Amino acid sequence: MIRAEELTFEYERLDEEGNVESKKRAVDHVNLHIRPGKFIAILGHNGSGKSTLAKHINAILTPTEGTLWVDGMDTTEEDRLWNIRQEAGMVFQNPDNQIIGTVVEEDVGFGPENLGVPTDEIWERVEESLNAVGMLKYRHHSPNKLSGGQKQRVAIAGVMAMHPRCIVLDEPTAMLDPDGRASVIRTAKKLNQEEGITIILITHYMEEVVEADHVFVMDDGKVVMEGNPRAIFSQVEELKRLRLDVPQATLLAFELQKRGIPIPDGILSNEELVGHLCQLKSKM
Amino acid sequence: MIRDITLGQYYPAKSIIHQLDPRVKLVTTMIFIISLFVAKGILGYLIATLFLAMTIRMSKVPFRYITKGLKAIFMILMITVVFNLFLINGDVVLWRFGFLRITDKGVRTAFFMAVRLIYLIIGSSIMTLTTTPNDLTDGLEKLLGPLKKIHVPVHEIAMMMSIALRFIPILLEETDKIMKAQIARGADFETGNLIQKAKAMVPLLVPLFISAFRRANDLAMAMEARCYRGGDGRTKMKPLHYESKDKTAYVVVWGYLGLVVAAAYVQGLYGVALL
Amino acid sequence: MSIKVKNVNYIYAENTAYEIHALEDINLEIPDGQFIGLIGHTGSGKSTLVQHLNGLMKATGGRIYFNGRDIYGENFSMKELRSKVGLVFQYPEHQLFEIDVLSDVCFGPRNLGLSREEAEKKAKEALRMVGMGEEYDKSSPFELSGGQKRRVAIAGVLAMEPEVLILDEPTAGLDPRGRDEILDQIEKLQKERGITVVLVSHSMEDVARYVDRIIVMNHGRVRFDDTPREVFRHYKELEEIGLAAPQMTYVMQELKEKGADVDADATTIEEAADAIERWLKG
Repeated sequence: MIRAEELTFEYERLDEEGNVESKKRAVDHVNLHIRPGKFIAILGHNGSGKSTLAKHINAILTPTEGTLWVDGMDTTEEDRLWNIRQEAGMVFQNPDNQIIGTVVEEDVGFGPENLGVPTDEIWERVEESLNAVGMLKYRHHSPNKLSGGQKQRVAIAGVMAMHPRCIVLDEPTAMLDPDGRASVIRTAKKLNQEEGITIILITHYMEEVVEADHVFVMDDGKVVMEGNPRAIFSQVEELKRLRLDVPQATLLAFELQKRGIPIPDGILSNEELVGHLCQLKSKM
Repeated sequence: MIRDITLGQYYPAKSIIHQLDPRVKLVTTMIFIISLFVAKGILGYLIATLFLAMTIRMSKVPFRYITKGLKAIFMILMITVVFNLFLINGDVVLWRFGFLRITDKGVRTAFFMAVRLIYLIIGSSIMTLTTTPNDLTDGLEKLLGPLKKIHVPVHEIAMMMSIALRFIPILLEETDKIMKAQIARGADFETGNLIQKAKAMVPLLVPLFISAFRRANDLAMAMEARCYRGGDGRTKMKPLHYESKDKTAYVVVWGYLGLVVAAAYVQGLYGVALL
Repeated sequence: MSIKVKNVNYIYAENTAYEIHALEDINLEIPDGQFIGLIGHTGSGKSTLVQHLNGLMKATGGRIYFNGRDIYGENFSMKELRSKVGLVFQYPEHQLFEIDVLSDVCFGPRNLGLSREEAEKKAKEALRMVGMGEEYDKSSPFELSGGQKRRVAIAGVLAMEPEVLILDEPTAGLDPRGRDEILDQIEKLQKERGITVVLVSHSMEDVARYVDRIIVMNHGRVRFDDTPREVFRHYKELEEIGLAAPQMTYVMQELKEKGADVDADATTIEEAADAIERWLKG
C-alpha cells in the first residue's frame, strides 16, 4: 500500500536575500512498508519528523531524496497527484482548521465535489460516511457547535466520502479531551475493521497504540524502533530516552520488575498484569 | 455564545419566500432597488409599498425583525431628510427662519428620499433574513457565472465568502480568549486616550493575526488534501434548480417592474395632477 | 492569605432562552501553598470557576474573598487581584506577541507600573524559574517549541509575582517528556516558592501524581473536594459523570476483585508497586 525507500526531506531556511541560510533534515533516509488493511501507529516526540513523514503520504510534501509510493504511484508524478490524494486521505490535528463547510453535510460533500462525483452519488456518499463515523444525526448542524471529538469525526467522514483506501491521521487527538480522544480512536478502529481501510495513526498517546498491528517509532527524522506494540513497549527505558512513555500497566510492571518481582516484559493491559500477579501469588 | 452570532441575521421559518431559489431573491432585490429609483410620485410608491407588504407577509418574518436593520441607518436617514428639507429650492415657501427655509419641493423630495431609503433597507433585509449565507453565496456564484468568460474569478470569490462565513465566528471567539489571556497579564483595553488604546491593541492583534495566518495555512493544506483544485471539473452537492415557483416569482417581479415603469410614464403625462 | 468562595453562582444570559447555570452554589477555600487539581469534563464549569478566581468573570451571585477582602467590594483593585492570582490559559499562542522572549515576559510587570529595569529583573527571574536559560532571552517566542512556548507563557504570569498560580491544562498537546518537564517545574515552584497552584487537567494520572487535593466539578457544582486517595475511591461515581480514575486505581481494584488482599487505594505507580510488593511478600 505504502512504501518508502531512503525517503529524506529537508526544510530550507532562507535569509532575507532568499539564500539558503540553513537546512534542517526533518526526515532522514526512512524505509518503511505498510501493507493494506493494517492499523499502523507512528510514535515520536514533538519535532521527531513524524508529521513531516505523514504529509508525504498525501503528497503535500514531496521528498528531497528517495521515493515514496502510494499504491504503486510515485508521489512525485504530478499527473497522479489527485489519485494519490483520493486514495490516501488525511486528517489533521486542529479540528477547526480543516472543516470548510458551514453545515456538516456540506463539509463532507466537499471532497466528492472536488472529485467531480455526480450529485446523487455525493448524497449517497455523504450519508454513508456520516453514518460510518456516527455523526449522521448532526448532518444539518453547524460545525462550530460541535465538540472537538465530533469535529474530528466529521473530518474523518469528509475523507471517507472520497472512498480512500488509506487514511493518515496526523495527531488527531492532540487537542481533544479524553472523551473526544476515545471517540476518534474508536472510529478509526471501526473503519479499519469493518471497511478494511488502512489506518496510519500518528500520535504520542501510548494508550492509542496498544491495539495497533505495527508500530514505528521516530526520532530525529529516523525510524529508530519498529515492531508490534508488545515488542515496542517492552523497551521502557529506550522509549523514555526518546521522550516517550509507555501505558500505565506497562510502567507498573516495569517498576515491579525493578523491585525483583518476576513479571515478563511487554505487559500491555491491566488485565494481563493482574493475571500475572495472581499467578505469581498462587505459586508463592 | 459569541459563536451563536449568525452573519446576515438569517431568520429560520418555512415560507414560500424562504424556499425560493437564492438567485430569484437576489434578482428580485436588484429589481426592487431599481424600481425605487424609477418610481415617480405617489402612484409608483403605492405600487412599491403594496409589493413590499405582500412580500413581508409571505415571508413569515415578524415585522420587528425586519425593522431592526433600520436602526443602523437612522442617522443617515435623518441627515438626508434634513438636507433635502432645507436645501432644496421650490416655488412655495412654507416656513422661514433666517437663511433657513422649507419649500414645498423640499418637503416632497425629503419625504420620497426617506421612503426610498427605508424601503431599500427593508427590501434587502428580507433577502438576508430569508436566505442562509450559504445559499446567498451559491446564488451569487451561479448568477455571476457568465463573468467567468471575462476572467472574473467568480468561483474563487464565492469560496472566499463561504470560508469567511465559517471562520468569522471562530476568530471572534479567539479574540475573546486572547483578550482574556492578556487581561490576566494586566493589559488594559478600556482606559486611556486614543493613542494609548491603539497601543493596547497590539498584544491583541499580533496573536490574532498569527493565528489567522496559521489557520489559513492549515486550511489551504486541508483543502488540497481533499483534492481541491479550483472550480473546474467540480460538481455540486446542492446544485441550484429553478422550480415552477421560482419561475412564477420571476413573472411577478418583472410584472411589478413593468407596473412601476408604467406608473412613472403616466405620471410624466399628467405631471403634477397626481402630485 | 487565601481565597474564599462563598455561595458563588454564575448564570449566563439570565432570563433568556439561552440561560445556562454555569456555576451553582460554589463554596471553596483555597489556603496558602496547596497544590490543587481541578477536574471535570468539558463544560463542567471548571474554566468558568477559575476565571472567577481572578476576576475575569463576575459572579451573578455570591462573594469571593481574597485575603479576607471582598473582591466585588468598593476600592478593590481588580488589576491587583489579577497580578496576585495569576491565570495561564491553555494555548500560549494566545498571549505571546512580543519581538523577543524577555520583552514578552516583561509585559505583565510593565502593566503593573514597574520600570523597564525592574520589569526585566522580574522577567529574568521568572524565566529562570521555569527553566528557560539566558540564551533564549532574545529569541522570538514564535520560533520556540511547544513546550518552550508554554514555559514562556507561564513565566509571563509568574513575572507578576502571583501568590496563586492557576494553570489551564498546561500540558495539552505536549509529548510525554514535555509534559513531565512542565509538571515537575510547576511542582518545584509550589514546593520551593510556596506558591499555591491550581492545576486544571484532564489527566487523572497527572493529578494523582502531583496534587494534594482534588476538586471535581460537574454541571457547575463541586462534586468532590478531597485528597486524591479519597476522591479516586469513588471511581464508579466519577465514571458516571464522564470522568475516570487513574489506571492504577483500576489495576488495584481488579486485583482486589480477584480476591487479593491489597490496599486498593493506591493512585500512583509507586504507591501501587508498594502495595503489590507488600501483598506478594505478606
